[in-house]
Order: sequence, then C-alpha cells, then structure tokens
Amino acid sequence: MQWEMVVGLEVHAQMNTNTKIFCGCSTSFGSDPNTQVCPVCLGLPGALPVLNKKVVDYAIKVGLATECKVAGMSRFARKNYFYPDLPKGYQISQFELPILEFGRIGVVDDEGNPKDIGITRIHMEEDAGKLIHPETPGCNYSLVDLNRACVPLIEIVSEPDIRSAKEASQYAKKLREILIYLGVCDGNMNEGSLRIDANVSVRPVGQKEFGTRSETKNVNSFRFLEQAIEYERERQIDLLEEGGVVVQETRLFDSVKGVTKGMRSKEEAHDYRYFPDPDLLPLVIDDEWIERMKGELPELPEARRARFTSDFGLSGDDSDLICQSRDMADFFEQTVKLHNDPKAVANWIMGSIMRDMNKEGLESVADAPITPEHIAGMLDLVKAGTISSTIAKEVFDHMWATGKSARDVVEEKGLVQVTDTSEIEAIVDKILAANPDEVEQYKGGKTKLMGFFVGQIMRESRGKANPGVVNQLLKAKLES
Amino acid sequence: MSADLLTKTAHELRPLLDSGEITSVELTKAYLDRISAADDKFNHYITVTGDTALEMAKSADETIAAGSAGPLTGIPIALKDVLVTEDIRTTCGSKILENFNPPYDGTAVAKLKEAGAVFLGKLNMDEFAMGSSNENSAFGPAKNPWDIGRVTGGSSGGSAASVAARQAVMTLGTDTGGSIRQPAAFCGVVGMKPTYGRVSRYGLIAFASSLDQIGPFTQDVTDAALLLGAVAGDDPRDSTTIDAPVPDYVAALGKEIKGLKVGVPREYFIEGTDPEIDKAVRDSISKLEELGAEIVEVSLPHTDYAVAVYYLIATAEASSNLARFDSVRFGLRESAGDLISTYTATRAAGFGEEVKRRIMLGTYALSAGYYDAYYLRAQKVRRLIAKDFSEAFEKVDILCSPVTPTTAFKVGEKTDDPLKMYLSDIFTIPLNLAGLPGLSMPCGFTNDGLPIGLQLMANHFDESTLLSTAYALEQATPWRGRLPEVL
Repeated sequence: MQWEMVVGLEVHAQMNTNTKIFCGCSTSFGSDPNTQVCPVCLGLPGALPVLNKKVVDYAIKVGLATECKVAGMSRFARKNYFYPDLPKGYQISQFELPILEFGRIGVVDDEGNPKDIGITRIHMEEDAGKLIHPETPGCNYSLVDLNRACVPLIEIVSEPDIRSAKEASQYAKKLREILIYLGVCDGNMNEGSLRIDANVSVRPVGQKEFGTRSETKNVNSFRFLEQAIEYERERQIDLLEEGGVVVQETRLFDSVKGVTKGMRSKEEAHDYRYFPDPDLLPLVIDDEWIERMKGELPELPEARRARFTSDFGLSGDDSDLICQSRDMADFFEQTVKLHNDPKAVANWIMGSIMRDMNKEGLESVADAPITPEHIAGMLDLVKAGTISSTIAKEVFDHMWATGKSARDVVEEKGLVQVTDTSEIEAIVDKILAANPDEVEQYKGGKTKLMGFFVGQIMRESRGKANPGVVNQLLKAKLES
Repeated sequence: MSADLLTKTAHELRPLLDSGEITSVELTKAYLDRISAADDKFNHYITVTGDTALEMAKSADETIAAGSAGPLTGIPIALKDVLVTEDIRTTCGSKILENFNPPYDGTAVAKLKEAGAVFLGKLNMDEFAMGSSNENSAFGPAKNPWDIGRVTGGSSGGSAASVAARQAVMTLGTDTGGSIRQPAAFCGVVGMKPTYGRVSRYGLIAFASSLDQIGPFTQDVTDAALLLGAVAGDDPRDSTTIDAPVPDYVAALGKEIKGLKVGVPREYFIEGTDPEIDKAVRDSISKLEELGAEIVEVSLPHTDYAVAVYYLIATAEASSNLARFDSVRFGLRESAGDLISTYTATRAAGFGEEVKRRIMLGTYALSAGYYDAYYLRAQKVRRLIAKDFSEAFEKVDILCSPVTPTTAFKVGEKTDDPLKMYLSDIFTIPLNLAGLPGLSMPCGFTNDGLPIGLQLMANHFDESTLLSTAYALEQATPWRGRLPEVL
C-alpha cells in the first residue's frame, strides 16, 4: 500500500524579554537555582500575576511576520494540573481566545514547488520550572528550580499541512529565522529557547481522514527533527502493515539511537479544566498598537533574500546562506557600503569568516573579532593593488588574531605587493635561469608551464610580486 | 486604663493620641490586656502579635510626637487571617497553613503599616473564607459576644466579632459572597464590601478571584470611611484594580440625603425572613424617607438564581486557586510513598470538610463535558444579575434591604445542612456577582437582644453615596455605639 505522512509542529519559543511574563524577575539563564524568584512566580498564597506588555509586543510582531490575524480581544486561561515544577497548580496560558490565528509560512515541497504551511494559532503562556533528579546512588528525592517558572513563551501551532521530514525542517528553520530576525527569541535549541514537538500520523494515499497521531518531544535540532519524523513514519507504517494500530501517545526522541520511545499515553492524560483566568483582564489590542508594532518590524528574511539577489546580484544560494542570520546579513550590507563589491564581500563571508566562526563555535558574527571595517579595508588594499588576494588571506588571519586593521597588518608585516618592474624582473630572470629544461619545453609548445613559472616566482617573492606584472614580464621573456 | 477607652472609635481616639492625653503604647496594652482576658472565651484571634504590636505602637508614638500622624497612626487594628503578613503566621483558618510565615506583605497590609496602624494579630475565619458561621475554622469557631452560644457569622467571623467585643478598634475582613456584611449584621457592627477593584487583592489568599474583595469592620460609619480610604486605590500588582482616584470618604459624610432615591428591591423582602428583621429594615426605610429620601420599589428579577450561580463560579475558581497547596514549597506536608500519594495525603489531612466539598464541586463544574452546562451557563446568568442592578441604578442611587433572613443562629444549628447554610447568604451574594459596593449597619435588635443588620448597596465606585447615606441614618437612629457586655 502507498502511505502518506501528515505532520503538524508545535513550537515553543522563549521570548527574550528581560523580565518574566507575569512578574518582574529576571529571565537570564544559568543563575543559581531559585535565585530569580518572587512571591508571584513561586505561586505563594495571595500573589497575583500582572502581564508584561513587552511579551504582547513580541507576540504581535511574530504574528505580523507570519501573516496571522491579531485578535482585538484575547484572554488568558488557566490550564490546571498538578506537578512539582508548576507552582500554582495551573499554568497561565491562552485557550479559547488566543492572541494570533490563521498565519502561514512558505516552504518548498519535495518536488521543488512553493507551498504554504498554515499556522493554526499562536498563543502566549508561562514556562514551568525545572526538576532536577540527583544521580547520587540511593537518592530518594528530587529538587525543583523555579528560575524558569513564569518565563514568557509563545506556542506556535501549525496546521497538519506538512507532508515530509524536509518540509517540516524547512518550516521550523524558517520560523526560527523569523524569530531571530525579529529579535524576540535567541533560537537556541540546546538551552531550550526553542522546543519543537512533532505530531506525526500516516494514512493510505487518497484517504481523507487523518490517522492516529503520536506526539514526539525532545527534538532539539533540525537534523533530529527530520530523523524523528522519518523514524515515526517508518514505525507507524510497519505497525499498520503488520495489522497493528497506532496509539495516540507522547513519545521521546532518543538522539543517540535515533529512535522515538513511548512516554505516556494520552488516554490517561489530564482533563486540564481550562477556564478564563479571573486574575487577568481580557487583553485588548487596538489598531494603534498593531500599527506601532508594524513600524518596529525589521526587514524579514524572505524580503531581504530577494533584495540581495536583485540589488547585489548574489546567487540564490549565496543570499540564502548570508541571510540565515540577521547579524550576518547586516554585516554584509555594512561591508558593501564601505567597499562596493558585493560578490567579493560575499565570498569572504562564506569563506574565511564562516570557516573561522565555525572553528571557534561562534553563534553570531557580532561576536567575531572582525568588523565590516576590517574586511572593507582589506578589500580596498587588494583593489588598489597594494596586496594580492593571496596575501589578503594572510592579512585576514592576522586581523582575526589581533583585531588590527588591514593597513596596520600590511605595514607591520611588510606585506606590500611589489610592483617595481626591475625588482620583479630580477626574480623572473633568476627562476628562468634555474629551470632551463622547462624553458625549453615551453618554447617547444608546452605553454601550460606558464603556471609553473608563476608559482615559482610568487614563492620566491613570498607572494608579494604583483601577478599582473609577473605575467607580463614572463610572457615577454619566454616568447622573445 | 479605663475600659471606657476601649469603646472609642479611631476618630474619637485621634485627638486623645495627638494631644498626648494617651499614647499608642498605653492604648495597645489596654487592647492586649482585653484580648488576654476575653479571647479564651471568644476565640476571635488565631494569632496575637503582642510584641510586634508594642513595637509598632512605640514607633507610632514617635510619629505622633513628631507631629506627622495620619488618621490611623497608633490605632490598634487586627486583620483577617486570609491577608498575608510578612513574618507573621498566616493560616487562612486552615491546618494546611498552620505554620506558614509569608515572606511578604499584601498591598492593603503594607498600606496600613505605612499609615502607622498597630497590628494586634490575625483573626479567626472560616477555612479559606468558605463558610457563613466561622464554624469551618481549623482553629475552632469564633463566638458571638452578644450570645456566646451563637455563631459570629462568616467567613470574617473574627473580624466582625472582635470589633463588637472591643478586642480591636477596627479590623479588615474579606467578602466573597457576604463574608463581611453577614457577620457584621450578626455582630452589630458596620461592615463594608467595596466595589470589586477598589481595594487591591494582592496578598489576599484567593478563594474566588472574581468575587473576593477586602473591606473594613468598624464600630461606626466614620471609621469605615477612614479605613476604606486607607486601603483603597489602584495597585500595579493587581490587574483587576481600577485606576480611579480615591475620594475623601470622610469628607462626604454629613451630606444631606434630601432627594436621594432609595430603591427597595421586591425580591429581597420574602417570606421566610424573620419578622423582627423585616420590621427593623422597614423602619429604617421609613427613617430614610423622613430624612428626605424618595423611596422607590424596584425589581431585580434574576435574584433567585444568584446562590446557584455563585456556588458554581466561586467553587470553580476555588478549585484552581487552592491547587497551589501541594506541599512542595510551603505548608503542611504529609509524606507518603510517591508524589501523587503525598499530594493526596497532604490535602486529605490539611483541608477541612467544607473546603474539600467546594474543591470537588468546582472541579466538577469545570470538567470536560460539564463546563458548558455549569460554568459557562453560570457566567451568562451572572451577566443577567449584573444587568438587573445596572438597570436599577438607572432609577435609584441606593438600594436597601435586609442583610440576612435570620439573626445569628446557634452554634451547630446548620453544620449538618450545607444547603441551608448556603441560603443564609441569599441577600448578599448577588452584589458580589455584580461587583458592586455594599454595607451592613446595625438597624435594631430582636426581643432576645440580637443585632439586626441593614444592607445598603450602591453603584460601581459610588462608595461616597453609600457611606453618606449610612452616616445620615446612623445619626438619626440610636444604634451606634451599642455594645455587648464582654467581661
């Protein structure tokens, strides 16, 4: 039988506001346990939540960037369940009236055709705390850290429009990119700032009804997302073909073994008894608020990519790569402003800069020791003929290591290109004299040896000889 | 120190304190002496904070000496034990919080500290403010000083009765369905529930968040105006407070009520109400007319549904509000094998019978499959009840009714019949559902010598008219200052 997979993603994104969603505690990561807490996020008796408007600003921006409809009136609701990491015994979330609905993100399907993945809804909620289970043998207790309790999240729920693992990871990547561009989420999947749950089901091709789905959690990279979805697809198809049934359940992805494992069955799941939170007023968002957020929207990745292709003549792949991060795209534009050769700038970014960032594990070019001024200064010297592109690589390494400007590096290291004809002529003569056999062969028609001579000469000059002058002199001497 | 001092109101004590005739320390000691002499009998206090009180009194005396005293500086007051107080045990009348020392002050408490008031202690109440007789307290029932065999009413039983027994000059209580007005009526004092949103709920341990409101218990209307003024106002820590200026409530007193339109809601004068109460309330209405008010009969047609609606909404909210008492971070813990058993054992041992009943009722009302029929339907009817009031207040300035169908009943009389107990709040509940302000004041006594309460109700944020009407009536009737024999 032919099977079709249906996937929907639920993405939790932590909003990087300075303070929590319902109190004034800091949201910073990595502090000592239970040091960023107050009566409100501890759920002490008598404490009340007050909405952080900044979270609403951020949510509206995400909504505008994904073409959602912003609700004029939305409500916070309580999701009731007991767990030690949930101080109040309920999570403040949104249920019947979320802030955002009916959005979309564009992807390309496996045949290469453009396709929209719908966004059902986006809502705001608070995070829970963290449980720590000490691994000491014989330890019979767990610890609770509530620093993360009440940290703002948005949950982005897609329509079940996704049909392949590739589409799923594209959608997730695009979503992450948008969040990072908007500056509302750092997108860090290892620290849990971005968490993806995948709802996967399969059905015979042609069947209208959805199959029973599983929900896979703990997928913290795009590669794992694809693996987990592929695994689920295979597992469910195998089950069904053997005459079994898929159980509606929550599964955990094991990234070491590349498999998903059943966690708990949804059948014994709670009745969350959602109801509007009486401690928080209905959230009213007027047009003025929406317009204000529109005014604060940066250029989004999609638009920027298109502009980089049309205005700077970059290839689709190059602009894709550079626009993946807002910082990198900014870096590109600033450099081009200083040195108007987009192709050269792009090549340096995709070459040396990305290579060194990778090597040092840098997330953002803003953390690199190199600025647009460095790169532009270096390219200016190449263009003026002061250094060769070969020497430029050496200059780049020095700039990266020391933070000095290209001009300073070139002066300090004596890397100025030699254009003095008589100086180069001496080297040419020396090389030709040292390789009489090759000269003979060249004259006999083996003109490919040109490269050999140039290489020898450049080595002799330690890369400083102006290649144009070298070529000109060589040709004159060999063909005379 | 003469016992006479204990009968004085805050506004009567003010000149004595300011002139140096008495000090706050002397006054506070007199109250602490009264409490140690009388409270074994009355059980109005769960916690007496003698040392804290004397320290606060000393500091108040310094403020007074420096000439910067406000209306409440140095006045000994007490707080319902539902209000969290920093480093002062706050039990909420429950075993589950028997040893809970909060790390913070609620907003109303902080305002009173700021105003220089002296805290005598924390007052008895029905557990989690759930009850109408104070018999649901884990610390035993508070006793009515008019008749020790009778209940104080509830849930703010200790708050009402301690003012009547002169164990505090004035107190704060909370009102979710009548928990201020009903015990005020049973104990013969003034009790007021402000408009929802007038006083911050930050630091009020929630029973039903959309209904709870903090308010004053005092010996007379002037003190009520003073105490309300001290705690009212917008609070950035409570999103449900309203950003409206707090008027000078005392300044509004003494205003003539000539031409005031007083509505008498037909549905509040029903068979089954004690005839002595009916008569006392009608006498008060006549008195208002004598004073120049125009009496208008009005109808609040959805009154009958109020008790049912209330017991769905209040319990639904309570079932969620009380989930935080899980033994993880504070409060009682009954350790059992695993997590679920620990939750179960703790809550089974920590909550009393009525609290458990309401948690179950509320959980049921919110459950999948029942939500629409119960909670949602109740919310719709709640809006109709609120509409009744807003239509009535288009025609009148004040509504006037009994507070309760009976006077204080005997201890144990209704404990076996929760429904009968619930119905004792029939005249007070609708006001909470509509979020309106109301006041209970003494309007007479039965032949047996039990106090009778009159309920006045006003439009949203019209506490000034409520207080000035009550004041006019108080001045024109002999009930102010009637106190029970205590010792």
